[in-house]
Amino acid sequence: MYSSDLYRQIIMDHYQNPRNHRLSEDPDYHTVRLKNPSCGDDITVQVRLCEGRVADCRQNGTGCSICCSSASMMSELLQEKSAEEALELIACFRKMVTGEPCDQDMLEEAQSLAGVSKLPPRVNCATLAWQAAERGILQAEAADGTADVPAGELADGIEEAK
Amino acid sequence: MNPDFLHEIRICPALDPAVRDDFPMTGILSHGRPFAYLNNAATTLKPTCVLNAMDRYYREYGSPIHRGADRIAHKATTAFESVRQTLARFLGTPHPEAVVITGGATMGLNLVCLSYGELVVGEGDEVVVTPNEHHANYVPWQQLCKRKNAKLILAPLDANGCLTPDALESVMTERTRIVACSHITNVMGAAMDLKALAAVAHRHGAVIVVDGAQGVVHERPEVVSWDIDFYAFSGHKLYGPTGVGVLYGRPELLEKMPPVVMGGEMIDLVDVYDTTFREPPWRFEAGTLPVAEVIGLGAAIDYVLELGYCGMQKKVLGLTERAVRGLLALENVHVYNPENAFSGVVSFNIRGVHPHDASSVYDREGIALRAGHHCSQPTMRWLGVGATLRASFAIYNDESEVDRLIEASKKAGDFLDVLF
Ligand SMILES: Cc1ncc(COP(=O)(O)O)c(C=O)c1O
Repeated sequence: MYSSDLYRQIIMDHYQNPRNHRLSEDPDYHTVRLKNPSCGDDITVQVRLCEGRVADCRQNGTGCSICCSSASMMSELLQEKSAEEALELIACFRKMVTGEPCDQDMLEEAQSLAGVSKLPPRVNCATLAWQAAERGILQAEAADGTADVPAGELADGIEEAK
Repeated sequence: MNPDFLHEIRICPALDPAVRDDFPMTGILSHGRPFAYLNNAATTLKPTCVLNAMDRYYREYGSPIHRGADRIAHKATTAFESVRQTLARFLGTPHPEAVVITGGATMGLNLVCLSYGELVVGEGDEVVVTPNEHHANYVPWQQLCKRKNAKLILAPLDANGCLTPDALESVMTERTRIVACSHITNVMGAAMDLKALAAVAHRHGAVIVVDGAQGVVHERPEVVSWDIDFYAFSGHKLYGPTGVGVLYGRPELLEKMPPVVMGGEMIDLVDVYDTTFREPPWRFEAGTLPVAEVIGLGAAIDYVLELGYCGMQKKVLGLTERAVRGLLALENVHVYNPENAFSGVVSFNIRGVHPHDASSVYDREGIALRAGHHCSQPTMRWLGVGATLRASFAIYNDESEVDRLIEASKKAGDFLDVLF
């Protein structure tokens, strides 16, 4: 268990020095841009799958500290995970920030954002990038023919987060 | 803002501080603290008289209007139509039939655009808007111009976000069909001299469409003496209910306009292959109207007229000036509109802190304000920022709430505290 001071440092570090922050032009990346219409958070996440694993995850955007640090932490956490593990981590993160029980340790640094569960109006800020990554992974799987979702239903584009 | 006008406001008798007790929600707690509601430009709290008027309708005479032959339905119809009379008096027109009941300012502005705009704007024509409009008075015109191959012209604003008559003059041409602007803007809180702007528009043969959503709260509109063509507002920002609003239209113009939404009491005769429609305002009031809300809006208008605009203006001006002074004194704060205290709106940012982060700090202190683009991305572009904080004041706020806003602003740099 970490201290709240350490958590603060982790969040600020990711906010000020975002990781995997340069988007790629490579068409193998699946790009999903999501916006939070109420506050203007705007995050683009790129996922490249290779043989069912996340070969790379990139993110870029503008928003508050919770949104941007969350995207950065996620982009590190998902690297090299199998698509299935990545989706599980995303589900776990969503549970953590909505106050449902989950195995937080698997979220590594991203568990610093557990306190978002006390701030219901900010949950969307925290989950925006994760939602984008989830969609990117599903798109990538559909494009590889490894999933049963038709690619057309998950076309790239700007969308509003729900 | 004209200094003589501000002076008149300052010398007017103060409102009784007990107005606060007219609003039940001023008594609630948030995060264990007395709730300081400083998001009044988004919507206002409701006084008991409005709640009671709506409650009485539902409990005692909740019948259809214009559709029942019985006594109780007649009572509902009379109550509804008497609000139209109240609204006409309120707006300064002798013509109740110039008052269209809508779902709010957005609906009213869209109605003008889709009906009148469609009728008069053609290829190569021009529609003038300002870069500080709410999306409701910007996007409909933008899209109309796109459909018609017409030009959307952005009039220049002064440093305080005000559209001056000279600036409007500078963009008018013989192709200008419509000038769409706010009475008061919702981020900068700039107040326009509508009478002067209407004169400029008319000199060039254009009509003026006014978004009164913010303006109606702080200055009583005089649509006839100011010579306004269209004026739209919502009930909910003026201490009335949500879901209801008003569109004033100059009678000759309403007369020419086709309906946009069809069905219900707006119909005259339905033949197999054609239909005739009723006269204005009913032509524009399709479907079952929000009767309780209209009655609530009538009660809200009675309430503000009883208080008087001068007292309300004095209260809001005093609170807003206090907030501007307090925020300007803080080094970590940037205020975007220090000169517009009349409108009750202060837009600002905490340096180096995203407004959404700051908003959680205010929330923890029991203070509600708005963080974001305030439904006006054009204004954010004009200011060159992504988002701002906005505190906005109403007649029931008090100085201690302003002081809590200032105190919380000092702590907004520690925004991660809210997570732990
Ligand atoms: C200037 C302005 N115009 C239009 C609107 C839209 O009002 P409503 O959402 O009630 O239709 C608002 C309120 O948000 C506003 O502030």
